[in-house]
Amino acid sequence: MPLIRLLRPSLSRLLFAALALAFVHLATQPALAGPYEDAVAQFAAGSFADTEEAIGKLVASAHPRAATIIVALQDGRLFADPDAKTVFIKAEDGKVTDAATGDAVAALPDKASAVRLNNKLRRAVSGAMAGLTLLSPDLNKRIQAAQSVFKTHDETVLPTVEAALKAEKNAAAKQAFAEARAAILLFKQDASDVDKLDAIAVIKARGDQEAMALLTGVPAGQSAAVTSGIASAKAAIERNLALWSMVQNAWYGLSLGSVLLLAAIGLAITFGVMGVINMAHGEMVMLGAYTTFVVQEAIRTRYPALFDYSLLIAVPLAFLVAGAIGVLIERSVIRFLYGRPLETLLATWGLSLIQQQAVRTLFGPTNREVGNPSWMSGAFELGQITITYNRLWILCFTLAVFAILLAMLRYTSLGLEMRAVTQNRRMAASMGIATSRVDALTFGLGSGIAGIAGVALSQIDNVSPNLGQSYIIDSFMVVVFGGVGNLWGTLVGAFSLGIANKFLEPVAGAVLGKIAILVLIILFIQKRPRGLFALKGRAVEA
Amino acid sequence: MTPHILTRSLNRSATVFLLVLAALGILLPLSNLLLPDGSFLHVPTYLISLFGKYVCYALLALSIDLIWGYCGILSLGHGAFFALGGYAMGMYLMRQIGTRGVYANPILPDFMVFLNYKELPWYWYGFDMFWFAALMVLIVPGLLAFCFGWLAFRSRVTGVYLSIITQAMTYALLLAFFRNDFGFGGNNGLTDFKDILGFNVQADGTRAALFVLSCLALGIGFLICRAVVTSKLGKVLIAIRDAESRTRFLGYRVESYKLFVFTLSACMAGVAGALYVPQVGIINPGEFAPGNSIEAVIWVAVGGRGTLVGAALGAIVVNYAKTVFTSGPLAPYWLFMLGALFVLVTLLLPKGIIGTFNAWWEGRKEKDEARDRAQRDSATAAAAESAAREDGVIERTMVKR
Amino acid sequence: MSLLETRTTSAMLYLDGVHVSFDGFHAINNLSLTLEPGEMRAIIGPNGAGKTTMMDIITGKTKPDKGEVVFDGTTDLTKLDETQIATLGIGRKFQKPTVFESQTIEDNLLLALNVDHRVRGTLFWRRSEPESKRIDRVLEIIRLGDARDRLAGSLSHGQKQWLEIGMLLAQDPKLLLVDEPVAGMTDVETHQTAELLKEINSHDKTVVVVEHDMTFVRELGVKVTCLHEGTVLAEGTIDDVSANERVVEVYLGR
Ligand SMILES: Nc1ncnc2c1ncn2[C@@H]1O[C@H](COP(=O)(O)OP(=O)(O)OP(=O)(O)O)[C@@H](O)[C@H]1O
Ligand SMILES: [Mg+2]
Repeated sequence: MPLIRLLRPSLSRLLFAALALAFVHLATQPALAGPYEDAVAQFAAGSFADTEEAIGKLVASAHPRAATIIVALQDGRLFADPDAKTVFIKAEDGKVTDAATGDAVAALPDKASAVRLNNKLRRAVSGAMAGLTLLSPDLNKRIQAAQSVFKTHDETVLPTVEAALKAEKNAAAKQAFAEARAAILLFKQDASDVDKLDAIAVIKARGDQEAMALLTGVPAGQSAAVTSGIASAKAAIERNLALWSMVQNAWYGLSLGSVLLLAAIGLAITFGVMGVINMAHGEMVMLGAYTTFVVQEAIRTRYPALFDYSLLIAVPLAFLVAGAIGVLIERSVIRFLYGRPLETLLATWGLSLIQQQAVRTLFGPTNREVGNPSWMSGAFELGQITITYNRLWILCFTLAVFAILLAMLRYTSLGLEMRAVTQNRRMAASMGIATSRVDALTFGLGSGIAGIAGVALSQIDNVSPNLGQSYIIDSFMVVVFGGVGNLWGTLVGAFSLGIANKFLEPVAGAVLGKIAILVLIILFIQKRPRGLFALKGRAVEA
Repeated sequence: MTPHILTRSLNRSATVFLLVLAALGILLPLSNLLLPDGSFLHVPTYLISLFGKYVCYALLALSIDLIWGYCGILSLGHGAFFALGGYAMGMYLMRQIGTRGVYANPILPDFMVFLNYKELPWYWYGFDMFWFAALMVLIVPGLLAFCFGWLAFRSRVTGVYLSIITQAMTYALLLAFFRNDFGFGGNNGLTDFKDILGFNVQADGTRAALFVLSCLALGIGFLICRAVVTSKLGKVLIAIRDAESRTRFLGYRVESYKLFVFTLSACMAGVAGALYVPQVGIINPGEFAPGNSIEAVIWVAVGGRGTLVGAALGAIVVNYAKTVFTSGPLAPYWLFMLGALFVLVTLLLPKGIIGTFNAWWEGRKEKDEARDRAQRDSATAAAAESAAREDGVIERTMVKR
Repeated sequence: MSLLETRTTSAMLYLDGVHVSFDGFHAINNLSLTLEPGEMRAIIGPNGAGKTTMMDIITGKTKPDKGEVVFDGTTDLTKLDETQIATLGIGRKFQKPTVFESQTIEDNLLLALNVDHRVRGTLFWRRSEPESKRIDRVLEIIRLGDARDRLAGSLSHGQKQWLEIGMLLAQDPKLLLVDEPVAGMTDVETHQTAELLKEINSHDKTVVVVEHDMTFVRELGVKVTCLHEGTVLAEGTIDDVSANERVVEVYLGR
């Protein structure tokens, strides 16, 4: 009872002060004797009630020194001389200043003692800290402060919050203040049911994990209307959360799927179209990533201004580097092994060892730093999920690469020749197609695309000599799952594996999820040995 | 009508192989145990363990050759069976440590105490008994191979598809064994073994005995493989390798045959792993790495697939080279060499060392025979000629007359 | 219904209303065919008529989309796989001779021999006197006795054909499906093959022969079925069939 009696007047005064302040928009003029000085002096009054009132006033004054004083109070470094009504701050290094003015003082007066705190006051102090920033001129700070009030729902800052809410022009900040206010009202014992129900509605509209936590934390003993309001709001939020977590998983899945697709497209050409088992495919990806690294190094040392364009420069280069090495490999090794898939597998595994070791020797065994250009860093919020730009760009990039490849196979003469050679080599040869040139170019194309994939993957993965190893099994799984020789199958395969993986992860954990996916694919291959979209007919058996 | 199983299994190269193996298996341990340290012929213990390791690898290679060389199943996951056998043995060795561990827990191995296990997981029961562990060395890899093979072969997953899913299998196991809560020591695996059947694993005598056992296992494994491949079943396996669907049309249940050799082969790999672990003193999830399995395949390719002797030889040669190079100044180049080995063997020596040698030997024999035949022919020709000449002479003389 | 029952039970091979399509291409269309026990039938038809596909269906390589395939009056072949069908006693010689190239001729015959084909059986199998005799006899018939230790891969095309026929003999099935047996053979050999098939048929074996060589078909002197676009175009003696207008039309092209 005394508490309430004490609070009431202070509250109304506080409210008034805060309002005034907000209109003035941060009083910076140091008045000689005003609310601020009164507030400081009140710390010397001695009783807990006075201290509490002083804190409130101090916050409302929004004086630049208010924060310093509050911090000192919190740390027990605020000393008051009850007789002189002066207050001092003892800095950590022992120097003493006058709390109100900040002027240095030789020493603490003998009578000065530390301003005492009890638990209730401690809460008021931390609320006050938040209250101070609620009125900050910096928009982000204001929003942050409002959010922290939302969590602490400290009654003492209610007036400040309300004042800030009224004054606020920015929509996001206004929203944050409204939510903070709702949180406080919900926990305020003497708030009316109407207020509380309104508050619940606001919190429900927020609908996130924190809103859920807040509602769960409401103490028991509310009126029936409020209790049922809370229950239904919780249910609604839960549904909302479930929905958003689905959306989130789907997005992560799409993102993983795009990475898988990117890594697998090249393989879909070399393995899917040509039937060559290239175990060095992952190393082509790695070469692409290292090309990006080299490009960025060159740019950093010579033309730092071009850094944002580094990836644009790296893409064609990576294609050329990986493609050229692919052609070299095809001409020097693979062409002697056509029709002997198991031998091809072993030889290309050997090539992958050589490439890894070569990169290790040239660039060292550790991770290399590849930076994100500015347009790829950062993130934005979409509803309740955060979308990072690099993931979004990679998704777009992957789809673009896929589309270009598809168009290439369909509309260019190389694409036509490629399809002819893979469907019937001898026939194609007798029609005057230089099959060995087409083989080399096809393999080069597949490898080049792997190189491009490396550029993109360098943005989200560690660039190390082992980069390729981590993708090879996944890529094969994607191609086999989607159905060999079918690019659309690879697309569907990559995205369904990516999404399945991300939906399993929360249930089973990352590693078990991955194991589960591998086991599922193994089982799937039993059911449909030739993949999701298998080609049929005699061509396959030959 | 057909020769007895033993005479059938032991052709000349098989006999030579077994004799050499027996000689090594007896002489090396004897030299290690009986000859004094300084002696020229003394084989130090570390070499015994090293050779023991090679012999285990040879057994693994043999198991791969049985399915790849004779049945065309290229498993890129045989390291998994090897590692499972190794883990079964490692679990026994772990439980033998008892109170001598850092935490001196009589039941729980150190890592479990460290990870706050309250009691032994059920799948560790029984591993304090050697016979049980020995049984598991065969059963666990065998069962996995059986289940995996049953699914894969029945759905006619063949060729590279099979290779890729075997690789995925070992990869999945790799991920699983890396987890601490999987109950096999996670990242660190099982190590710090103290004794086996009451003998100190570090002692010279134990090491020599393990070496002898490994040689014995290799010999027995080799005989089993020979018996299999020289039986009619061996012919069926080759038929499956060369023309799988044709074999079906003759009424053979191809998947049963594949399942049989695949499981047999996995059991052999498991035994190899079980003997390997006490000799190297550790088993960790790294053994499941897909790279290991592929490396084992290349041993077989180097030695010559489908020859058995070649597989064992290849394992020993490649691993010896690995030891030599990775411990010398050439260490950074070892992976280059290994990679080049993969490429060169497949391109230039597709039959492997033994296969090429055999072809050359056959060729020489044929040439010899051809020469013999030619000689015989020319001899008869000469005889005929001389006869004719004689006739002529006679004629001439007659004419003269 | 009862009529159908009696017919299916008496026939050795009974196909009715069989359809197969590959990616929308109808290779077999409402194909019906009945072979009595001990009958020999020659099947002719232009390239792509579906003759080989028909054999694929009978031997379980291809599953029909629709239709009945009954063997020996009781067994529904569409439910069985290749192994089971072969074990029932249906042997096949492929159009493209498929022998086990890296094994000797003798081993090829050994593999075909109709003894226990299960794993345990083959693992512990040992050749008995009668089995050796049988292999010798087959080698004699196919005139490869001198080459018994040669690798099958080293044989000429015609010799491979003979070896495959030899494998059929060793297999000793009730129903033989022989796809183009005389392609690549000389006239004399063609004649010998015809004699051999007639001889086999005379031992109560049911035989289906697919062949393009008309002299050979004529020499067999059996009922002929002409397939076209997956259906039976004509059936009868060789003279009837070759006089049939539509047959002439499909052979000469429209
Ligand atoms: N597995 C398959 N996939 C796609 N098409 C097939 C398949 N099997 C057969 N066909 C098609 O079915 C048709 C019939 O083929 P089939 O081999 O049965 O002809 P055939 O009568 O044996 O001809 P030939 O006299 O040339 O041997 C052909 O057009 C062929 O291309
Ligand atoms: Mg045909």
